[in-house]
Amino acid sequence: MVAKTPLLEAQNITKTFPGVKALDNVSLTVHTGEVVALIGENGAGKSTLMNVIGGILQPDSGSVKLAGKIVNIRNVSDAISLGIGFIHQELNVLDNLTIAANVFLGREPLCFGPLKIINRRKMYEQTKVHLRRLGLNLPADTPLGELSIASQQIVEIAKALSLNARLLIMDEPTSSLTLAETKRLFEVIRQLRNDGVSIIYISHRLAEVKECADRVVVLRDGANAGLLSLDEISHDRMVRLMIGRDLEDYFIPPTTKTQTAYFNVTDLITTAWPTQRISFEAAKGQILGFAGLIGAGRSEMARAIFGVDKPISGSVSMAGRKLRINCAKDAIENGIYLVPEDRRKSGLIVEMTFRQNITLPRLDRYAVAGLIMKKKEKAIAKSQAESLSVKIPSVETLVSNLSGGNQQKVVLAKWLALEPKVIIFDEPTRGIDVGSKSEIYHIMRNLAEKGVVVIIISSDMEEILGVSDRIAVMHEGRITGILERQDFDEEKVMQLAVGGGTERYAE
Amino acid sequence: MKKELPILLILVVLCTAVSIANPQFLSTTNLQNTSRLIGMFGIFSIGVGIVIITGGIDLSVGSVFSLLGILLCFELVNWSWPWPIAVGAILLTGAILGLCHGLLVTKLKIQPFIVTLCGLLFYRGLARYIANDQTQGFGYCTGFETLQRITAGKLFGLPMPFVFLLVIAFIMWIVLHHSVYGRYLFAVGRNEEATRFSGVNTSAVIVGAYVISTLLAAVSAILLAFYTNSVSPSAHGNFYELYAIASAVLGGCSLRGGQGSIPGILIGTTLILVLRNFVNLLGIPSSLDFAVLGAVILAGAVVDFTLQHRHEKRKLSQIN
Repeated sequence: MVAKTPLLEAQNITKTFPGVKALDNVSLTVHTGEVVALIGENGAGKSTLMNVIGGILQPDSGSVKLAGKIVNIRNVSDAISLGIGFIHQELNVLDNLTIAANVFLGREPLCFGPLKIINRRKMYEQTKVHLRRLGLNLPADTPLGELSIASQQIVEIAKALSLNARLLIMDEPTSSLTLAETKRLFEVIRQLRNDGVSIIYISHRLAEVKECADRVVVLRDGANAGLLSLDEISHDRMVRLMIGRDLEDYFIPPTTKTQTAYFNVTDLITTAWPTQRISFEAAKGQILGFAGLIGAGRSEMARAIFGVDKPISGSVSMAGRKLRINCAKDAIENGIYLVPEDRRKSGLIVEMTFRQNITLPRLDRYAVAGLIMKKKEKAIAKSQAESLSVKIPSVETLVSNLSGGNQQKVVLAKWLALEPKVIIFDEPTRGIDVGSKSEIYHIMRNLAEKGVVVIIISSDMEEILGVSDRIAVMHEGRITGILERQDFDEEKVMQLAVGGGTERYAE
Repeated sequence: MKKELPILLILVVLCTAVSIANPQFLSTTNLQNTSRLIGMFGIFSIGVGIVIITGGIDLSVGSVFSLLGILLCFELVNWSWPWPIAVGAILLTGAILGLCHGLLVTKLKIQPFIVTLCGLLFYRGLARYIANDQTQGFGYCTGFETLQRITAGKLFGLPMPFVFLLVIAFIMWIVLHHSVYGRYLFAVGRNEEATRFSGVNTSAVIVGAYVISTLLAAVSAILLAFYTNSVSPSAHGNFYELYAIASAVLGGCSLRGGQGSIPGILIGTTLILVLRNFVNLLGIPSSLDFAVLGAVILAGAVVDFTLQHRHEKRKLSQIN
């Protein structure tokens, strides 16, 4: 399958930004019909390298060869005409237009000569061919906004293929996909590979890399850190190359025996699934995982418990005492906190400083007669930054200047300043590098050890199996099963997540 | 204070230029007149600025002046209410209008532009209907001379509206820049969802901003009515909401919300009124009034953009 001349040869690429050497003599080879996973921590240079190949950035030195010939990729349209397609993590789609209009944006088939009217029929027919090839059976005139993220991604792939892409760059394509959607994407990837399309696959999820990559290229600090061929790919090896050392205790099991139920949710009905009731209990010192497909109602449940969305009915009690939660303030006063799914949108005010973010939930604690005492604020911000080792130059730094992992730590720092009793993490490590992930797992375990009820919602199978002490699996708004640690198994979780096998695993 | 520096500089340059071109500018009468206007305009500009900081807009204030001005005339002249009660009623009415705006924005989720645009149209129409489209006046202020002295008089040589502005600006400076509520205002303007997720009742914060805006507009309405001494329902306060928005934006408030300061709004207001004064003093046809204003605001925006651009460039080269 491997051709003699590689499809892509990027050689000794160097790129310097003001103050940082983003890439230092990096090389990357991709053969025809090969899936190469590109991994590395945030800031390792993956994006920069892909932007060089995709024509978004110009390298300071080094060359890019395509099928043996040196090419000069000056901009994105050069890249496209050379057959390089880039599927960005944040999809570049127009959700007010139809599928076909997105696929053919900027090169719509026209009719009536100078009138330049769009030939819709031709456009729809051609779109359909590409969609069918990728297994997406939807009419080409469906508005894109009605599609799931996964299907929108397929549309992006269709667009790239319609431009005769030979090399597809996928930047964290599964970060907002469900397990089932991820499996489907892998099928598409396999099929594309068999058709001779080469793929560069960027991901932080090592289990996925293991599943789909033919070869792994690791970057660290802007340089090549190593190569793993198909039979060498393993979790530990990848981590070692990425961080340059062994990562001890990635997931830490509990040390104390879990205690009796402390936090109870009874017959909770959310507006997202008005016909389903959710009941569960969580014990102090325990990490309760919520697995399931995206859209299974887990985030809606979390939001209802936290009081930001009003549930239709249901009750929440702590230590046998029923709580009245009508808004987030009520939850916060009872020590129930949520680390939301989208930290930049709901977790943080990124244009404000670290200090201002930390004190926002309980400003009254740092105020006298309604006036804020900045000294008090600074003191708590400083101590929180230290205790969570958030890397910031000062507490007056804007949160927008921090990396993803550090931003997530700011959200944590905000809540940990307030003695949590129950803390719900919704997709806490999405888009975060391995080092920060491990730190966040440590923080979660420490909280549990201190007697906090820790609940984690995650669509990353490896994470949910590694972190949780118990797993509740949700499907279409209800809990289809609860697994104890000794029963943990990927297959079982998948079964329950797609709604099957309740009777087998419910006990 | 850094953000206000360029605009402050423009103000100083303008004042120097005007006083050189026409020394009349520095005469006591002219300064008193200008500061009286700054007082009235500054008060409601602060209110509108607060709404802009939450990411909203208030277009209704001009019509609020007309409606409340007419009501004040009726209360004092036609119905002979004691003036403290009349003033209280005007302030209360103002606050209620703001409460309505705020509730429509937060509960029914109607865009602030639409809500206050409807207010602009509705209050103007109502004022004209109540007054039968006739100009109402205070005459010789018999029975409420005290109120006239409080609103149109002077204290230590300073016109009362300017004194009111100083007091209100000080209070609002504390509120906006040092209080919990002020922090919430900025937070809501930056990211309402994240603020709600931090346990802040964002609806209450936003409603509060609209109440402050029309309450301060009501204060201005009383001062303005006694300044003109009569209220013509169709013309009174026309376009004043645009002066307020211009002052706030010139003073560093971003229409996207989350940015702005009381000193900035004050400098913005002063700049606009000095500009109008400049048009008068230099004998520029007053028909060009708005054109000059528009040109200067645009110039201010361009200068601000260029300075920020250069600032960022310098920051980048420092990293190098």
